Amino acid sequence: MILENAPALAIGIPLFAAFAVFFFGKLGKRAMKVWVVAGLLAAEVFIIWLAMDALSGISHFYAVGAQVPGIISQAGFPVRVVLVVDAVSALVALVAMSLCLLAGLFSLRFFEKKEGGEKFYSLLLLLAAGITGLSFTGDFFTMFVFLEVISISSAGLIVFFREGEGFEAGFKYLVLLAIGALFLLFGVGIFYGKYGLLNIGAIASLVGVNASFIDFTAVALIASALLLKCGSFPVHMWKPDVYQKASGIVSAVLVASGLVGIYALFRVLFLMLANTPLSAMVGWVIAILGVFSIFVGVTMALKQTSLKRLVGYAAVAETGFVLLAFGTGLAAVTSMDIFSFRAVIGGMFQLVNDGLDLGLLFLLIAAVGFVTKKKRIGEISGLAHKSPVLAVLFLIGMFAISGMPPFNGFASKIIIYESVYMASPVFSIVGILGSVMLLAIFVKVFVAIFLGPPYKGKVEVLPKSMLLVMCIFAFFILLLGLFPKQAIEGVFLPAAKALINSQAYIGGIL
Amino acid sequence: MSPIVKNVAVVLVIPITMFGLYIILHGHLTPGGGFPGGAIMASLVVLFFVAFGKEWAKKINKGILFFGESFGLALFGLLAFLGLGTSFFHNFLANSDSLFGMSIPFGANSGFLWSGGIIPLMNIAVGLEVFAALSIIAVVMFLENGKVMFSEKENNVGGKK
Amino acid sequence: MIGFVFLAVIALAAIGIYAAMFKRNLIKIVVGINIIASAANLFLVSLGYREGGIAPIFTGAESLNMVLATPQALTLTSIVINLAVTALMLSFAIMIYRHYGSLDALKRRLKE
Repeated sequence: MILENAPALAIGIPLFAAFAVFFFGKLGKRAMKVWVVAGLLAAEVFIIWLAMDALSGISHFYAVGAQVPGIISQAGFPVRVVLVVDAVSALVALVAMSLCLLAGLFSLRFFEKKEGGEKFYSLLLLLAAGITGLSFTGDFFTMFVFLEVISISSAGLIVFFREGEGFEAGFKYLVLLAIGALFLLFGVGIFYGKYGLLNIGAIASLVGVNASFIDFTAVALIASALLLKCGSFPVHMWKPDVYQKASGIVSAVLVASGLVGIYALFRVLFLMLANTPLSAMVGWVIAILGVFSIFVGVTMALKQTSLKRLVGYAAVAETGFVLLAFGTGLAAVTSMDIFSFRAVIGGMFQLVNDGLDLGLLFLLIAAVGFVTKKKRIGEISGLAHKSPVLAVLFLIGMFAISGMPPFNGFASKIIIYESVYMASPVFSIVGILGSVMLLAIFVKVFVAIFLGPPYKGKVEVLPKSMLLVMCIFAFFILLLGLFPKQAIEGVFLPAAKALINSQAYIGGIL
Repeated sequence: MSPIVKNVAVVLVIPITMFGLYIILHGHLTPGGGFPGGAIMASLVVLFFVAFGKEWAKKINKGILFFGESFGLALFGLLAFLGLGTSFFHNFLANSDSLFGMSIPFGANSGFLWSGGIIPLMNIAVGLEVFAALSIIAVVMFLENGKVMFSEKENNVGGKK
Repeated sequence: MIGFVFLAVIALAAIGIYAAMFKRNLIKIVVGINIIASAANLFLVSLGYREGGIAPIFTGAESLNMVLATPQALTLTSIVINLAVTALMLSFAIMIYRHYGSLDALKRRLKE
C-alpha cells in the first residue's frame, strides 16, 4: 500500500513536513532537526526505491486521488493529476533530492547560534517538495504550480540571511521567474484552448501527428520559461547575482532546482517535437544557446573577484554543456544515429555531474565561511596550512568541474566532445576551450585561498556533519569518475532511452 | 481615524466574519471556498488597521497567527495523507454517511451542506491558513515597514529624483 | 465576439511587459507583472467561456450549456500564486528601499 503510493509520498512527505516544522520548532531545536532530517530522508528513501524500479525498466504512472488505479476517464482522456516516474525523471529527482538532503544535513550545525531555523527548514522542505513535484509532474498546470512553488521558496531562501544586496538579487530572480512562469501559463492556456487537455503525454500524442503554428507558439512559450529557470545564455544574468548573494547552502539547493528545470525543458521538447521536422531547428538553437552559455560563463568568470560570483558564472557554463549535449541530441531526434544518442547520454551524465560538482563547491564555500567566520572570501589566504581537508576537497571539486581525469567531469565531457564533434566541430572546440579555461580560473582561486603564507586568523574546527556531507560528494565524484562504464550502462543509458522515447511515455498515460 | 470610522469598523465585524465563514463553509456548493473566504476575513484585519492605527496593530499576537497558518496547512496535508488507503488525496469521506459524507439524492436540489467528503474540511483548513497568512502579511508590512516607507522620505519613492 | 477578449489579452500582456521591462521604479515593475498576470487570467477564463453558458453548478441547473470549470480552477490557482509572488516582491522592494534609500532600479546594481 505504501509503495504503490510512493510517487505521491515523495512529494507529500516533504510538503507535510514543511507545514509541521513550526510545531516541532516549538518543542525545541533538536526535535525540529530530527523532524526535518526524517522528512527529507523518508522522501529520499521513496525516491531511491522508485529510481531502482525505474532504472530496471518499470515505470510508474500514478493518478492522484483516484479510487481505481486507472488514469483514463470514461471519455478516453486523462482527467486527473498524473505523476510520471520513469528512468529519467526518477534519476533527476534522486539527484535533486539528494542535494536537498545533503544540504539539509550540512546546515544542521549552521543554526546553532542563529535564530529562525524553523523558517529556513520550512522553506527548504517546501523547495524539496517543489523540486520532486516538478520532476514527477505529468501535466502542464501542475508544472506551473510547482515552478512557482520553487521560485517562491527559493526566493525566500536567497534573502534568508537578510543582507541588503541579497534582496536585490532575490527581487531580480523573482521578477524574472514570475514573468517566465506567466509565459508558461500562456503556453498552457494555448494548449488547453486547442485540445482541451492539460496532460503532457496526451497533448504530445495529438501534437506529434499534425503539429501547427499554434502548437509551436505554445512550445516556444513553455520552452522560454524553462530556459529562464535553468539560466541559459540570454537570461543567465540572475544566476551570478543570486549565487553571489545567497548562502552557500542555499546555492547548493538552487543548483538542484536548476537541474530539474533543465530536465523539464527537455522532457517537454523531446515529447512535443519528437515527430516534427522543427526539432532539428529547435535543437540547434538550444545547442547554440549552450555554446554561448559556455563562452559567456567562462569569460565572465575570468574577471570576477568574488569567489561565489565566479562559481555562479561557472554554473552558467556547466548549464551550457548540458544544453549543448541535449540540443545536439534533439536536433537529430527524428533519425537517431549513434552519435546523437551518445550526446544525450553525455548530457544525462553531465546533468548529474553538475549537481555533484557545483554542490560540493558551494558547500565548500559555506564551510570556508563557517570555519573562518569571514564574510568575504578575499580576506582569506593560506588556509591549506590550517585545514588541509578543505584544500583536498576543493581540489577534487575543482578538477571535477573542469573535466580532469579521473573525476566524473572528464567522463561526461569526453562523451559530449566526441559526439558533438560529429555534428559540429566548432561547438566541440568551444566546449574543450571553455573546460580548460575553467581549470585555469579555479587554479587561480585555489592559489588565492589555500596557498601562500599560513592563515593568521582563528580557524574553528569543521563539524563532523559538514565534513561527512562533503566526503559523500567527493565519494560519488570519484565513484562516477573511476567507473564511468558501469555508471553509463546501469544508469545513464536507460535514462537517455527514456528521455528520447516519447512513445513509451505517451503509451504509459494513454 | 474619526469615531465614526472606528464604530463602523466594529459594527462590520459581524457581517464580514459571517460572510467569510459562509464562503468557506459553502465552498463545495457555490463559487468560493477557502481562499476567497479567508481573504474576506483577512480584509477585516486590514480594516482595523485603517480604523485603529498602529497602536491596535501592536497588540496583535503574531504567534497565534503563525500557529493558525501552520495548523491549517498541516490539517490540509493530513487530510491528503488520510486518503492513502486508496491513493493520495483520495476523498475517503464522500458517501460514507458520516461527517460531511452524506450522499446526495439525484436530481435538482438546492445543495446539501453535509456533503462533499473531505473537500469542505480542506476548505476550512485552507480558509484558516489564508486568513492567518494574509493577516501576517498585513501586520508585517504595516508595522515593521510602514514607518520606513511612509515617513519624511516620501518624496524619494518616485523613480526619478 | 470572443475574439475581442483575445485582443484585450494581447494588449494587457503588452502593457505589462512594457512596464516590467522599461520602468525603473521597482513598484511599477511589480505592477507590470500583475498586469501580465491579469492578462493570463483573462486568457484562461475566456478559454472556458461558452456563448450563453451558465455557471457550472449541476444542482438545479436549467440547462447543460455550461462554461468550462477547469479554466476557472486554473485561474483561481494562478490568482492565489500571484498573490503570494506579489506579496514577496513588494516586501523585497521594501527591504531594497531600506537598504539603498531608493526604489530606482538603476541607482545601484549588483556587480563587482
